Amino acid sequence: MGECYIYDHVRTPRGKGKKDGALHEVTALQLASQVLENLRDRNDLDTKLVDDVVLGCVDPVGEQGGNIARIAVLNADYADTTAGVQINRFCASGLEATNMAAAKVMSGEADMAIGGGVESMSRVGMGASGGAWSSDPEIALKSYFTPQGIGADMIATKYGFSRDDVDAYAVESQKRAANAWEKGYFKNSVISVKDVNGLTILDKDEHLRPDATMQSLAALQPSFSALGEFAFDGVATDRYPELESITHVHHAGNSSGIVDGASGVLLGTKEAGEGLGLKPRARIRAMASIGSEPCIMLTGPADVSRKALKKAGMEVGDIDLYELNEAFASVVLRMMQSLDIDHEKMNVNGGAIAMGHPLGATGGMILGTVLDELERRDLNTALVTLCVGAGMGTATIIERI
Amino acid sequence: MAYENFGFEVDGDGIALITWDMPDRSMNVLSQGSMGDLADIIEKIVGDDAIKGAVLTSGKSAFCAGADLSMMGGQAGSGDGSQSKEERVKALYENNLKFNMLLRRLETCGKPVAAAVNGTALGGGLEVTLACHARIVGDNPKTQLGLPESKVGLLPGGGGTQRLPRLIGAAAALPLLLQGTALKPAKAVEMGIATKLVKPGEEVAEAKAWLKEALSQEKVKLGKRGPEVLPAAIQPWDREGYRIPGGGPQDKGGSQVFTIGNAQLQKNTHGNYPAQTYIMQAVYEGIQVPMEAALRIETRYFTKLLMDPRSKAMIRSLFLSMQELSKGARRPAGVPKFEVKKLGILGAGMMGAGIAYVSAQAGMDVVLLDTDQANAEKGKAYSEKLLDKAISRGKSTEEKKAALLAKIKPTTSFDDLDGCDLVIEAVFENREIKAEVTKKSEPKLAENGIYGSNTSTLPITGLAEASAKPENFIGIHFFSPVDKMQLVEIIMGAKTSEETLAKAMDYVAQIRKTPIVVNDSRGFYTSRCFGTYVSEGIQMLAEGIKPAIIENVGKMTGMPMPPLALNDEVSLDLGYKVRQQTKKDLGDKYVEGPADSLIEKMVVDLGRVGKKAGKGFYDYPEDGKKRIWPGLEELVGSNKSTEDVDIEELKKRFLYIQALEASRCFEEEVVTDVRDADVGAILGWGFAPWAGGPLSLIDMVGADNFVKECDALAQKYGDRFKPGALLRDMAAKGESFYTRFAPQKEKAAA
Repeated sequence: MGECYIYDHVRTPRGKGKKDGALHEVTALQLASQVLENLRDRNDLDTKLVDDVVLGCVDPVGEQGGNIARIAVLNADYADTTAGVQINRFCASGLEATNMAAAKVMSGEADMAIGGGVESMSRVGMGASGGAWSSDPEIALKSYFTPQGIGADMIATKYGFSRDDVDAYAVESQKRAANAWEKGYFKNSVISVKDVNGLTILDKDEHLRPDATMQSLAALQPSFSALGEFAFDGVATDRYPELESITHVHHAGNSSGIVDGASGVLLGTKEAGEGLGLKPRARIRAMASIGSEPCIMLTGPADVSRKALKKAGMEVGDIDLYELNEAFASVVLRMMQSLDIDHEKMNVNGGAIAMGHPLGATGGMILGTVLDELERRDLNTALVTLCVGAGMGTATIIERI
Repeated sequence: MAYENFGFEVDGDGIALITWDMPDRSMNVLSQGSMGDLADIIEKIVGDDAIKGAVLTSGKSAFCAGADLSMMGGQAGSGDGSQSKEERVKALYENNLKFNMLLRRLETCGKPVAAAVNGTALGGGLEVTLACHARIVGDNPKTQLGLPESKVGLLPGGGGTQRLPRLIGAAAALPLLLQGTALKPAKAVEMGIATKLVKPGEEVAEAKAWLKEALSQEKVKLGKRGPEVLPAAIQPWDREGYRIPGGGPQDKGGSQVFTIGNAQLQKNTHGNYPAQTYIMQAVYEGIQVPMEAALRIETRYFTKLLMDPRSKAMIRSLFLSMQELSKGARRPAGVPKFEVKKLGILGAGMMGAGIAYVSAQAGMDVVLLDTDQANAEKGKAYSEKLLDKAISRGKSTEEKKAALLAKIKPTTSFDDLDGCDLVIEAVFENREIKAEVTKKSEPKLAENGIYGSNTSTLPITGLAEASAKPENFIGIHFFSPVDKMQLVEIIMGAKTSEETLAKAMDYVAQIRKTPIVVNDSRGFYTSRCFGTYVSEGIQMLAEGIKPAIIENVGKMTGMPMPPLALNDEVSLDLGYKVRQQTKKDLGDKYVEGPADSLIEKMVVDLGRVGKKAGKGFYDYPEDGKKRIWPGLEELVGSNKSTEDVDIEELKKRFLYIQALEASRCFEEEVVTDVRDADVGAILGWGFAPWAGGPLSLIDMVGADNFVKECDALAQKYGDRFKPGALLRDMAAKGESFYTRFAPQKEKAAA
């Protein structure tokens, strides 16, 4: 199996995923196209050499439907020969897309490929693509379906994270993200989303709440207690009878924000990079995906990290920086608890609680974020992972050259 | 042309009046004969140009109460063994699809058909009307409209799972289907199930009026290439552009209905009830496709249910056996019918007050006696409270209340008992007090009168020693709250006569409850078996299993309440006293277990005796839900979580320990009829209804398998799991309770 190198990555800023968000007036196609255009232009890429573009998208319907990756390739004026494919690993789609693109490179199918993702949550609502899991009684009953938020609350209950624990984590995420923005840690990778005249619509993440405090978060009502009481807590205790009841601790302030955005990671063989005069920034050391128990749903990151570490022949301590998508605070707290990871190594520049989680795009974004940070700190290895709907995890280990 | 089960005449306007009126039956039921006639009638309507439309009504006071469940019971389960399973499944599917396609033929016959619903239409009865183009319903307070199949483990297999949601939307239809709710006519019209509410007696005339209006309309093309038909002859779901109210499963609102509905189903049934699961699936899958395909889907799930042993057990216990027992199947024959006109009740506590209420409601004169007039009055006030509640819900009136209260005489004088046909003693569980009141009241009984004791624990034979006529002395054990609990456990003392039994059963029939008959023993049948469930929970606690697991698994077995919460309700000191008594009685033979010291700690050292004290296994905060006492895990040293236990094994322990006790009661002839054992368990202590009762559960597992599993449990958890000789014999012979002890139907009183 060949090696795959990371040559570059960009992401859009994350716009608030509502009608008053700055990116609401920008189509999902534009978000994806501008990422591709930026990757091409800043690397002086001959797009004929890009074999494939793999984009994650979780609700691929409407304007995001019908294989948006190929349509974005066409819209970004890449060579006709560049293929495109849209994939869906729910919240890990962006990382899975990168892994698939990397796998194409490693296997020899592609010499150069782009992985990443796009999601306009303000334009195509979360859940718009439907699906059988929650509504088809055949599978919903068999697998004890509960919504993710209830799963996150189950993790907090089962593994002993209090409301203060999850709120404190959220406050820290906001602080770290604000600090990173202030010091310009993201500036090389965040592109400006432009209008048809080339004027900037948005150049900074819109969702941050740097002034969040324990007090301000304490005022927020838990989001899932009513739904839980009404129906799902009873499902949860059937699946996890050791829990007398579910303590609902998550709310808008300690869960990932709903945002719009897109990401892209440029990958290729050593030879392909050399041909284009590009300098490899890191190599993909290991990749993995795993299924985990679907009712609690969000415990996959620890499992898949162990799997990826094993494939890489590494230990938890061999990783310099960890990046786990902040879908919910308890998900991160649980992975740190399970693998005994110091918070100082985890999500060092904040995460989706502060900046938002544009479902299909996030994986590509956080892979890039941690690569930039490895370079800034001059460290070597990072593990990127996300929890995934229906009980899965996806992970990638990268190593600087 | 004449039909066996239907009248058929065509009036001058070309409207056929089809009157369902099965010969020699008080009620119309869906039978092969009725269906055959209906098929012929539909073809007649289709083929006869002189017929423009039709009205379908009933010649009985009810429209139709549905399928004959005894026939269903025969269809269900294992069959007669002459066919392979595959053949049976195929035959069931095809047979049931035929009925569905017959109703499909009715609704697509091209001519408008109105149902004139002149009385109750349940199950298949309502399904027939749903396949008509209009339902004109008489506003009769006795009329019930509904699809109750799920209550006995079935699903509506005549298109009910398809037409009801198409008519009123899945959100409104699912609760009716899943819970089997029956509606009054006005409510059915309000919900859009029935077309029009009319005065009772005018159903046919109004249905004809509806038809005349329908016949005056311009014909339209049915589909793109279809024939021209009257718009009224097309069901809404067969019309161009039809959308299901509230949206289907792939629409946002519609999908939520299922997402939430699935979760509530799991929460409420814990996956124990296949009927409810299959109803959800039939609706979810069926409403996304055209009607013919939808009916095939429904029939597939219906067939799958009929093959499920749980459905067979539920039909048998919850419907057939319950009905047989309620009708007096266990009443000794040859004793003239006895009627209680005057009833004496000794003790106006909770139980006495409840017995007074249900008896006065049945029209008896009730003397409610207590040692203190204020107590007696308080007992009567209980009826007043219940009646006020009923009035506030529109279920009774001030006149009815006054009439009922006038029938209850609170007193302290034994002389008031003079001429009672029955005296029921409901005083404290104390032999001396009981003996005293027996002696005082017995002489007051009417010449034919009998004496009943509502004791729940003290053996009847012993109590009867205080009686001058022990042959007239019987146990009549009610359950609390008396007005809600359907079961009465009748206990035969050693000397109780068959005649007394017959009389006691006639009394139970008067108050419209369901009797079971058991023989004397400590705890009789229900209290004895029920106790094992709670004890097993305490046993698990003592083993170090986390209390939340015990409680959740208890719920998951289908028991109405988790064991520790239940113990809090009945109070721990009661159990403690029973244990102390048993210890005393058994002496050296008593095996002290970890549960003993646990209960002692809770009761004696901590005073945590249960809900009445505000603290037991749970804490009961004044504002808010009860929570498991946080100190409990430390007290017992809980160290076993889900990784350390097998949840399926815990479930089995809960269910098998009860089933074993029931089988011991059967072996010891405390219970002698399988129906008594199963129905008594479900109605008496809420034994998992999905299993059809403890003996049905053993039959379902198979005696051989059950004995093996219990032996394994006995190895791990103690001798209480050791099966008795009867079970071992059944296992060896490959017998089941319902084959070895098949109830003799001919014994039933006429």
